[in-house]
Amino acid sequence: MLQLKLDVLGGKKQVYKILLKQDLVPSVHLFKVEAPAVAKKARPGQFIVVRIDERGERIPLTIADWNGQEGSVTIIFMEVGTTTHRLGLLKTGDFVADFVGPLGLPSHIDKFGTVVCVAGGFAVAPIMPIARALKRVGNKVISIMGARRKNLIFWEDELRSVSDQLIVTTDDGSYARKGLVTEPLKEILESEKISRVVAIGPSIMMKFCAKTTEPFKVKTIVSLNSIMVDGTGMCGCCRVSVGGETKFACVDGPEFDGHRVDWDLLMARQRIYLDEEKESFEHWQARHRKRS
Amino acid sequence: MAKLNLNRVQMPKQDPKERAKNFDEVALGYSMKQAREEASRCIQCKRPICIEGCPVEIDIPGFIKAVCDGDMPEAVRILKDKNSLPGICGRVCPQETQCEVKCILARKGAPIAIGRLERFVADWERANKEDLTAPATIPKQTGKKVAVIGSGPAGLTAAAELAKLGHSVTIFEALHVAGGVLTYGIPEFRLPKDIVQAEVDYVVSMGLELKLDSVIGKIATVDELLENGYHAVFLGTGAGLPMFMNIPGENLNGIYSANEFLTRVNLMKAYLFPEYDTPVKKGKKVAVIGGGNVAMDSARCALRIGAAEVYIIYRRSVAEMPARREEVENAQEEGIQFKLLTNPKRFLGNDQNWVVAMECYRMELGEPDESGRRRPIVIPGSEFIIEADVVIVALGTRPNPLIAQTTKGLETTKWGTVVANEKTGKTVKKAVWAGGDVVTGAATVISAMGAGKQAAVAIDEYLKGLL
Repeated sequence: MLQLKLDVLGGKKQVYKILLKQDLVPSVHLFKVEAPAVAKKARPGQFIVVRIDERGERIPLTIADWNGQEGSVTIIFMEVGTTTHRLGLLKTGDFVADFVGPLGLPSHIDKFGTVVCVAGGFAVAPIMPIARALKRVGNKVISIMGARRKNLIFWEDELRSVSDQLIVTTDDGSYARKGLVTEPLKEILESEKISRVVAIGPSIMMKFCAKTTEPFKVKTIVSLNSIMVDGTGMCGCCRVSVGGETKFACVDGPEFDGHRVDWDLLMARQRIYLDEEKESFEHWQARHRKRS
Repeated sequence: MAKLNLNRVQMPKQDPKERAKNFDEVALGYSMKQAREEASRCIQCKRPICIEGCPVEIDIPGFIKAVCDGDMPEAVRILKDKNSLPGICGRVCPQETQCEVKCILARKGAPIAIGRLERFVADWERANKEDLTAPATIPKQTGKKVAVIGSGPAGLTAAAELAKLGHSVTIFEALHVAGGVLTYGIPEFRLPKDIVQAEVDYVVSMGLELKLDSVIGKIATVDELLENGYHAVFLGTGAGLPMFMNIPGENLNGIYSANEFLTRVNLMKAYLFPEYDTPVKKGKKVAVIGGGNVAMDSARCALRIGAAEVYIIYRRSVAEMPARREEVENAQEEGIQFKLLTNPKRFLGNDQNWVVAMECYRMELGEPDESGRRRPIVIPGSEFIIEADVVIVALGTRPNPLIAQTTKGLETTKWGTVVANEKTGKTVKKAVWAGGDVVTGAATVISAMGAGKQAAVAIDEYLKGLL
């Protein structure tokens, strides 16, 4: 596999080594990737663009952690389409062709007071460095993490360690509190003064978090997961409407004021390639089956 | 004096019906016989004014004479003395407005086909020389380090010239392949990517370092480069920020910037989907808005990936189009439909946010404007509907603001271009030069190369002063 990759790259180009792969929960994986230049500059809220090999798509993934001394950057991804399934087959010691970053603007970290950090699904990964930074500068951090069911929960202790309080929810009640993240969020808003909310997860979850906080007039930051190609402002694929203005999520974001985001447009644009994604995945599966 | 030969040798092309279905190169290039016949038409002017038309001052009669004599190695040597990217320039330079327009035979309507001959010489070298790498004579190293930002035509040329002078050069490229617009923008059928790669390899073989996946402004700022050992910086970052029209419906699904569409097709090879993972919408009726080369490239790509109908929507007439005449003709031959004197008013979508049509105005031409072209004027009440399920907006680009935003003391215009001296490329910031589209706004490959070359001379002067 490695040989194949170096061949297609002409054997000349720098490639990026996976120093560590962890399978966190079913279909969610962690990669610690050797990328010293990115590690040196990474900040909470930023993302990288990864391309697996010559034929691969460029996809954005939010940075979950980094270590400047080790020169490593950690990303977490869920197997959804062709690229993420292909990534999921890689192992410690394998390489990816490209790993570009740190892209996008970093999170605004300041002493706000009490901040609620809400993570839906595997977004506990991007929430971690933000919660940690917010805590470090003296905020009281209340974190809420939600998953569909018990066996999809990871990094619970990690998130607890950077939070003053942690609330866990599962959709089916198989672990901790049954329900959606918006329920504890609403209760917290009703019971104490909250200065800021940071919500990251699937678009629908971020939309409803923003809807929940709106009546309380609490600034709510969301991290938009638009489709991107280059990730550097060149193509405009990731354009979103915020407060009636067109913005590029890759360079103007990815974080925006959730009360001003046009969620319907965002979600419609995320569906642009549904047919092609299906075709690509089926094609890859057929090819993959033949090979193995 | 021999009788003037006014029979310009035509270059064979793929049949329009055939080529509209593939991404192979449209123009097939001269045979040796054709090249020598065309070269023999050159009257070898004592004071050749064609050279004045060339931004990199190639000894045009010199290399043409070598072709005429059949001395191909000599032709290669002369060409490469001034131009490190001849295979690229021979294909995409607008020779008809540069060297060829100056040719004395142009007055008789039959200028020497300098571009075709340049291409022929470059292709001959690639086909006949096993090792394209630079001559073994490595210049004496000066110990001075230069960072070149961007590996498009301006950056590659500046880097090559600086390396020839013995400076240590690092090129930083944001994308995963070098070449800038040559790679992501210009399609395979007009500029094959193995030619770009071969010429990039040639430049890199001069002993410089190419760092891909490296976004300056993110992994390091220009100021940090200067603080960390680089003595000078050249900005050749191009004009990569797409412009939209700011009309209603522009964010509907199916509406692309030309940059996105071309990047998907060319850089990510979406024309080979699903063998390659990146998709692009094929569309049944594709409307491309604009009249430049990028619009022609987009339209012809859309046709090749399988659109049933492709329209060029342009607010003036063919005479005012900024695209090369040759590319307009190629597009027309392939069946691209030109809807002229037409300008979009808004885009119409369905309930799933997909574009289905655009409402357009009919236009008429008034008095010439600042550009010298007749100004398009809306005809009131002329609105009509054009159906389209894919729309590509090709209305120009501006420089990406990342470098300007992260560099202290750089001056920019209201169009986002970097202010630099016209002759030397020097910016107002110490030790920083700039050239190509980042200074001029979107222009040509060769003018960017010319700017890269001039800046290299100025940077060399500056570095000598540091000794």
